[in-house]
Amino acid sequence: MNKVPIEAGLILAGILFMLGLISVLIRRNIIFMLISVEIMLNAAGLAFIVAGARWAQADGQVMFIFILTMAAAEVSVGLALILQIYHQLKTLDSDAANEMNG
Amino acid sequence: MMEVTFYIVATIAVVATVMVVTRHNLIHALLYLVVSFLAIAVVFYLLGAPFMAALEVIIYAGAIVVLIIFVIMMLNLKEEAVEQERQWLGRGILYGPAILSLILLGELLYIIITAEPNNSSYQTVDAKAVGLSLYGPYVIGVELCGILLMSGIVGAYHLGRQKKKIVHRFLEAIEE
Repeated sequence: MNKVPIEAGLILAGILFMLGLISVLIRRNIIFMLISVEIMLNAAGLAFIVAGARWAQADGQVMFIFILTMAAAEVSVGLALILQIYHQLKTLDSDAANEMNG
Repeated sequence: MMEVTFYIVATIAVVATVMVVTRHNLIHALLYLVVSFLAIAVVFYLLGAPFMAALEVIIYAGAIVVLIIFVIMMLNLKEEAVEQERQWLGRGILYGPAILSLILLGELLYIIITAEPNNSSYQTVDAKAVGLSLYGPYVIGVELCGILLMSGIVGAYHLGRQKKKIVHRFLEAIEE
């Protein structure tokens, strides 16, 4: 019933991952960098889903659930770190946090 | 019909993600990010993973984006933040990473396209099969996810706590 080629799904995942990678490279705002990492994780999950659908196995979706869990834990810890950095440095510039003075 | 839907939704996802990458205002970027996640959820549905589509909407477009919005509200960013972001995201800074990433993407696309084609169709893997796999061979992964989430909660609480600075009053007078 479904005529979508497997290449199309993988190409979509690749394009989304590349957009997230470009964003994490060009941004200086830490919150934008965190969002970009979310985009990249989502693209990786999409690749897993495509592969799982190709072989009609549940493993791809199981791996997506693990990625989802990891993304949720990562974003909560990352946002707590962003709050601490903002309170200590009064800026969201990632370059401002390059000194290790407690 | 499925194919046309897939290509429309894929285009929406890519365009929305490009808008996320190029926005200066955080809230605008997050709203485009929600659109991108919803489009990818439709892709999941079309690929025969309806349970994952629901999880994508609930957790990514719901929980994670709302969490980021709450943190932005806590930070209480002013209008200057948009101006500063515009200043940080100059034109020149885009070219180097974009060109290198595009070369990498081109190689990836070449590998994918030149691979031998297969005409196998997708089959729906329903939530029952996922659940059986999750609590059968992957049960150790589920336990590890539980540990990860708990350490995430503890870490977020520990890091997000506002520490009261205890300074002796003589030192305070000196610092002023």
